[in-house]
Amino acid sequence: MSLQIRVRKKLRYFEIDLDFSCPDDHLLVMIGPSGGGKTTLIRMVAGLETPDAGRIAYRGETWFDSERGVDLPPQKRRLGYVFQEYTLFPHLSLYDNAAFAAADRAEVDDLFARFGIDHLRGRKPHQVSGGERQRCALCQALARRPRLLLLDEPFSALDVVTRRCLREAVKGLREGLSCPILYVTHDINEALFLADEMVPIVEGRIDRGWMQRTIAPIPDSEEAPLRATRQPRLALVY
Amino acid sequence: MDWQPFYVTLKLAVATTGLLIVLAAPLAYFLAYARFPGKSLIEALVNLPLALPPTVIGFYLVVFMGPKGAAGRVWEAVTGGSLLFTFLGIVVASTLYSLPFAVQPLKAAFQKIDRRLMESAYILGLSRKATFLRVIIPNSVSGIAAAAILVFLHCMGAFGVLLMVGGSLPGETKVASIAIYEAVEAMKYREAGLMSLCFIPISYAFLLLVNRLNRGA
Repeated sequence: MSLQIRVRKKLRYFEIDLDFSCPDDHLLVMIGPSGGGKTTLIRMVAGLETPDAGRIAYRGETWFDSERGVDLPPQKRRLGYVFQEYTLFPHLSLYDNAAFAAADRAEVDDLFARFGIDHLRGRKPHQVSGGERQRCALCQALARRPRLLLLDEPFSALDVVTRRCLREAVKGLREGLSCPILYVTHDINEALFLADEMVPIVEGRIDRGWMQRTIAPIPDSEEAPLRATRQPRLALVY
Repeated sequence: MDWQPFYVTLKLAVATTGLLIVLAAPLAYFLAYARFPGKSLIEALVNLPLALPPTVIGFYLVVFMGPKGAAGRVWEAVTGGSLLFTFLGIVVASTLYSLPFAVQPLKAAFQKIDRRLMESAYILGLSRKATFLRVIIPNSVSGIAAAAILVFLHCMGAFGVLLMVGGSLPGETKVASIAIYEAVEAMKYREAGLMSLCFIPISYAFLLLVNRLNRGA
């Protein structure tokens, strides 16, 4: 397993207590209701928050270990992180944003072409749409050649069509990428579309039964075969 | 009208502003983001020149920079000269006197910056210092300009502190505010009036600029 996470952190209303791992090349989706501790967990993996106890290790390198007093700063974890909201630097053009920590500027050119924002390279973040900003944020994260990619509801603020396009882009992205991806969402469709593996997180703990409780199968009836051609097989009950 | 005091005033304001922005920016950054016990004590100390009478500040500076004061003795040992009654002396005095006028607006400008931008910079591998230089400073330009203008204006108007530390040596420490005071003392009201009049459009124009910068920030 390339990424191992075992953390505990007391929050205001509940305690995060999680223990799971993610193999190489896997896209692991952390799903669950909002406010369940998913973002806090991803921030702990990034080094932006400190767990109360536990251990986070990546390919044998310890990033955090409360017992040994190890806490690697985010700068040294070398990961890509696309936040929920836009966090591009407002004073830089899209291209300079993406090239900010790029290992090779030629890669930024390739990424811009691949994400279809090559014509916007000179624009400032406030001069482009939300979808274009998030594409650029993805380019910025990937240009750093991350060892681990963290995506925290990266498309939740976008319209349905743009979200679908970017979802496809993330799926396509995986072919050339050998690092694990942790993806946070509360959108079940998004999770089903992208995930190799799903970790349902409810109030800070893994709750395997959450998916079953949330997704109710449509009851069988005489009309079922007919309805199946028109409706999705799953209906969301929340 | 004698323009020399205006020249000294301008020179003093430019030197103090430049020096203060460089010194106050890291201090303001530290006060904006660091959390430690006793932070309010340091903040109150930085703001003390706002609350003290200028003559009190001037008195302590005279003691500190005089031949028996710590700064005065070090300066004399290094250069053989005195800090009191020199242009450099009034620059030091003016810098300390105007410190809160630089730190407060800079701190406010830095605090306005979205914390997530800093986190994003850390994730991208930037150290705290590099984040300050490459992310915070470029995104606080209007706040820095507003702070610089406030310091500049405050320096132009300084009187009590400068008189105590620098006296009134023409071409060296005699600034415009002291020249106006001396003109009134000598009952040269026309000269005092002309010099005073020069201040009004300059100060007004700069304040308008500060308002504009604050609106744009």
